[in-house]
Amino acid sequence: MAAKKSGAKTRKPVSEPQKAELVQFYRDMLLIRRFEEKAGQLYGMGLIAGFCHLYIGQEAVVVGVQSVLDPDDQVITGYRDHGHMLACGMTSRGVMAELTGREGGYARGKGGSMHMFSREKNFFGGHGIVGAQVPLGTGLAFANRYKGQDNVCVAYFGDGASNQGQVYEAFNMASLWKLPVVYVIENNQYAMGTSIARASAETELYKRGISFEIPGEEVDGMDVLAVRKAAAKAVQRAREGDGPYILEMKTYRYRGHSMSDPAKYRTREEVQEMREHHDPIEMLKKKLLDAKHVTEDDFKKIEAEVREIVNDSAQFAQDSPEPHPDELWTDVLVESR
Amino acid sequence: MTDILMPALSPTMEEGKLARWLVKEGDTVKPGDVIAEIETDKATMEVEAVDEGVISKLMIAAGTEGVKVNAVIAQISAGDDAPAPKTSGKNKSSAKGAEVHTRSDAKADAAGGKPDDSATEQKARNDGHRLRAPEQKVAAAEGLHDPTLPEGVTYKKTAVRDALRDAIAEEMRRDETVFLMGEEVGQYQGAYKVSRGLLEEFGDRRIIDTPITEYGFAGLGVGAAFGGLKPIVEFMTFNFAMQAIDHIINSAAKTLYMSGGQMGCPIVFRGPNGAASRVGAQHSQDYSAWYGHIPGLKVLAPYDAADAKGLLKAAIRDPNPVVFLEHELMYGIEFDVPEVEDFVLPIGKARIRREGADVTLVAHSRMVKFALDAAEDLAGHGIEAEVIDLRSLRPLDTATVIESVKKTNRIVCCEEGWRFFGVGAEIAAAVTEHAFDYLDAPPMRVAQRDVPLPYAANLEKLSLPNAQDIVAAAKKVCYREVE
Repeated sequence: MAAKKSGAKTRKPVSEPQKAELVQFYRDMLLIRRFEEKAGQLYGMGLIAGFCHLYIGQEAVVVGVQSVLDPDDQVITGYRDHGHMLACGMTSRGVMAELTGREGGYARGKGGSMHMFSREKNFFGGHGIVGAQVPLGTGLAFANRYKGQDNVCVAYFGDGASNQGQVYEAFNMASLWKLPVVYVIENNQYAMGTSIARASAETELYKRGISFEIPGEEVDGMDVLAVRKAAAKAVQRAREGDGPYILEMKTYRYRGHSMSDPAKYRTREEVQEMREHHDPIEMLKKKLLDAKHVTEDDFKKIEAEVREIVNDSAQFAQDSPEPHPDELWTDVLVESR
Repeated sequence: MTDILMPALSPTMEEGKLARWLVKEGDTVKPGDVIAEIETDKATMEVEAVDEGVISKLMIAAGTEGVKVNAVIAQISAGDDAPAPKTSGKNKSSAKGAEVHTRSDAKADAAGGKPDDSATEQKARNDGHRLRAPEQKVAAAEGLHDPTLPEGVTYKKTAVRDALRDAIAEEMRRDETVFLMGEEVGQYQGAYKVSRGLLEEFGDRRIIDTPITEYGFAGLGVGAAFGGLKPIVEFMTFNFAMQAIDHIINSAAKTLYMSGGQMGCPIVFRGPNGAASRVGAQHSQDYSAWYGHIPGLKVLAPYDAADAKGLLKAAIRDPNPVVFLEHELMYGIEFDVPEVEDFVLPIGKARIRREGADVTLVAHSRMVKFALDAAEDLAGHGIEAEVIDLRSLRPLDTATVIESVKKTNRIVCCEEGWRFFGVGAEIAAAVTEHAFDYLDAPPMRVAQRDVPLPYAANLEKLSLPNAQDIVAAAKKVCYREVE
């Protein structure tokens, strides 16, 4: 299985982000934050049901990583997926309407929070089984290689999933065949209610590839620029045919595991400390203000724009009708060739 | 004088080719010396001497094919120059004149936990329920729904495993995105030799040997299908696919629906399913009902070589995930396969293998053989049985079954798996629902006994359904005396 790069196109190297990009990162993170807050509200109102896992606190990870990918690269993740979809360019309306189980949702209401996809944006889910996205994402990377394309697949998963057996089966094959995949471990410290120390014999997750010869590194997942820098290196490496790479993003979720989790397994102080001193959005905001790139007024404008998008999506998600009863029977099988 | 017997080199071997002698008459051998090479349909093995002595006679010439297991292949005398001991009975031999080792590594079988047994196993191999006649002819009634074959079409005798191989090769030639992955599919040429020759033709980019990690490579295959390829994932047996069933069901079968139709998954999961021979409970299970239960999957289980070929080609072309259940004990059996270009069969259509007006026998996979045998037996008792080969379990061709029952008014559902919540239960329910007024007797089921499959030869035989079970059930629904 020799590396093939016949279909490779020339790609722009990832450069130091300029002012406009930094503002865009801020805006992207803020959109995820406000979107998730709204989703939490709608859940409280009974408009969103089932399991709903919010991404609040982890925004820097996906925004930083996505900033180095090209639109034809693939992304796959687990069930804490709303942020990833927004970062992939999927519409707030489509995502929110899927959360409310409406016709206007990405799966016309048949997937829900944990199972959403967009072929158009190369977002491959949205998977509800812990760790499943790791072999699946490795398979997407396999397809890139097979077709001679230089695309990279980024497979995101959590610290909980990092103890799954299938993850290591995938690591082995990815390294053996030098597949273009980057594994991003979003270590938010808690696998549902179990802290990493209580569940993992080796808590430095970037080392989990050692026995498969997959290099890894720990990254400050609360710092969007650190994330971007590490991701740029890992993605380029994979793209050039040097195989998989592990990025352990040290991050934190402010909310419970899902909406039904009161998060009694950690202290209020612990959460407060992260919010006050490590918040990814506030940190970038400070950086932009210090550099005098942006004024407080500019931020207010961005905030207003983001709120408008989120409110619009919430309205859309409530106005969109429930799927037609006939939808029950569609999409079970592909009917025509 | 000790007889050296043709050894059984795998759980299913019945005959083999004596490829080469490494000794000649008059040679002295000691235990461990390699004396011959034997080719089975699966591998080339070396035969070692167990006793010390002089090769007094080679009974089978090198190159002889079709040497039956337990046939005497050579005789060995007790020692240097010593005459054959007079005391030994003429035909009485230790039956342990030789021992066998795989020449390459025994990994495939060992990985499957299948003991690569030596001659000690061979004595216990004459169990009656196993398929005996490789020459089994398809004297079947034409499938009702199959494409019409051209006038004067010729047929080629083809073993099921080769028909499967031909299907894979043809589809790989036709479509660059089709590839095969699994354990030992490449260099080893397939644990059951289904993929024989494919590595040579298609290379290691498209014939991919995987580590023994079913969960991982099944998931990888599904991901590759999402990524635009058409993987054929071979499981060495479906028993091992239980580790991968999460990806088969949760990732492959459900994603199209969950994505509102965006994420098709064109993939084939294939391999031997059901009971093999003397491999015990963990290696002998019929998953027909398991996969048949799942919306979003198609499930096929052909019986003969022509259906194996035509349906596998259809499965590979199908845009949906297909579970393709083969049968180890059928791999070596030859059937007529029509020599037509691009022989593709429709999915979801049963085949009427024998017509009859008195009772309907429904079966799939290897049970079709027993149903046909039973029909033959029943004919001798004046009962004309109609034998329906389901071929496809999902979608299930209930229409053909119901039409038949409307004619015969009686049905026996035959399957190799367990009765509880099984294929037969589904068919019996469908018939009861749609042809209740036509039934002259309650539907009957023939199935495996409700126990894990035992290893002991007699118990295994008692556990698995056979033709006589079907005969008895058919007589019962015809209200005839059962002897």
